[in-house]
Amino acid sequence: MKVTLEFRGGAELLVNGVAQHPVDLDGCKWTVARLLTWIQDNLIQERPELFLQGDSVRPGILVLINDTDWELLGELDYELVENDNVLFISTLHGG
Amino acid sequence: MPIECSTGCHKNAVLKRPKTGDALCKDCFFWVFEEEVHHTITAAKLFTPDDYVAIAASGGKDSTVLAYIMKLLNDRYNYGLKLVLLSVDEGITGYRDDSLETVKRNEQQYSIPLKIVSYDELYGWTMDRIVEQIGLKNNCTFCGVFRRQALDRGATLLKVDKIVTGHNADDIAETVIMNILRGDIARLQRCTAIVTASEGTIPRSKPFKYTYEKEIVMYAYFKKLDYFSTECIYSPNAYRGYARAFLKDLEKIRATSIIDVIHSGECFSVRDGVKLPTQGICEQCGHVSSQPVCKACVLLEGLNKGKPRLGLGKTSKIREHLKRNDENLAGVEASDADTDKINIPKTINIKQLDF
Repeated sequence: MKVTLEFRGGAELLVNGVAQHPVDLDGCKWTVARLLTWIQDNLIQERPELFLQGDSVRPGILVLINDTDWELLGELDYELVENDNVLFISTLHGG
Repeated sequence: MPIECSTGCHKNAVLKRPKTGDALCKDCFFWVFEEEVHHTITAAKLFTPDDYVAIAASGGKDSTVLAYIMKLLNDRYNYGLKLVLLSVDEGITGYRDDSLETVKRNEQQYSIPLKIVSYDELYGWTMDRIVEQIGLKNNCTFCGVFRRQALDRGATLLKVDKIVTGHNADDIAETVIMNILRGDIARLQRCTAIVTASEGTIPRSKPFKYTYEKEIVMYAYFKKLDYFSTECIYSPNAYRGYARAFLKDLEKIRATSIIDVIHSGECFSVRDGVKLPTQGICEQCGHVSSQPVCKACVLLEGLNKGKPRLGLGKTSKIREHLKRNDENLAGVEASDADTDKINIPKTINIKQLDF
């Protein structure tokens, strides 16, 4: 399943400074929870503790799925579909 | 299943508001966000017509959204303000020079003139050179102390009536917590004020006092505003980092935590008889100071005399030593050693990356 992962607001620093990552996920039934673990294992280059805390993203990182706040979509339980865009925006950088 | 906007406009919601839990569509979110800031501005009577207002602009998310909103509300509600962007160039290669490029683009995008004041012009030192002297341990003290005055000095040069800063609700709640943890009662009293002004200084206000960081970031994202987001290369402000992480954890459990903490900060009162430092004027540079000589002048003197650690400890302790060894710098050496032990950088009440 092809999805696009995007990192902004400073979160791109955790993934080599690259904002957009088109990825191809094997198999089906990809929840956001599963995706987060996959990102942790496959994409995060440095300071993994700045991305995940427990089984979710670190508080202060906003998540938008197809430009909609994941808090409206079931957060970790949301099931990805083909061509979804998942965006992580860090708010923890200075203003 | 998409959720519909809570306002009943039948469009699909794009975000959940942290403050109220409402699900809002993009247009209703923009409207509510802008109207709340307008309400904050009018309720606190932050401006009067014909005010010349400097927007403290770092190129980061808060000040970029602030510049956009100030322009928009000034036009929509005929505030009658003359706006100017005021940026401070700390002289940090690879950090500030990039963010200043963002501010320069904002100048064009929002048609607001820009004034940049640099540490080099004001103090004769850039942060790069200060770091060469002091290393990476107390550099944020220098940067913060100098920045606060730099804004005032820039604002004085421009002859503005008021300064607005992009401090948001999260920043203020963090500051409340930091001031409590440090026992800094004087700053605890001041830090929740929407306007800070003292005799002879230009009033500063925070139109985003009640605006959540999440909404600022969402607003910037949905409006596709051009902002800069890279950590300062000279180490983050660790203490604030802890306060911030703690608040974010609280917010996760209870979304109103941020406003609740601000409310608590506002409600603290100091009992009669507690001695608070009174704010006066620095006898060297004339800026506001709770000591006879302001922190910036003390730090600057240290740098210029090749004793950069002077001024990093308790101001009263340093003055004592200075008094005793007025004509002889040997005393300062002793105070240097002492301050190493105490090492309580009287930290400043402002966000490290923002002003």
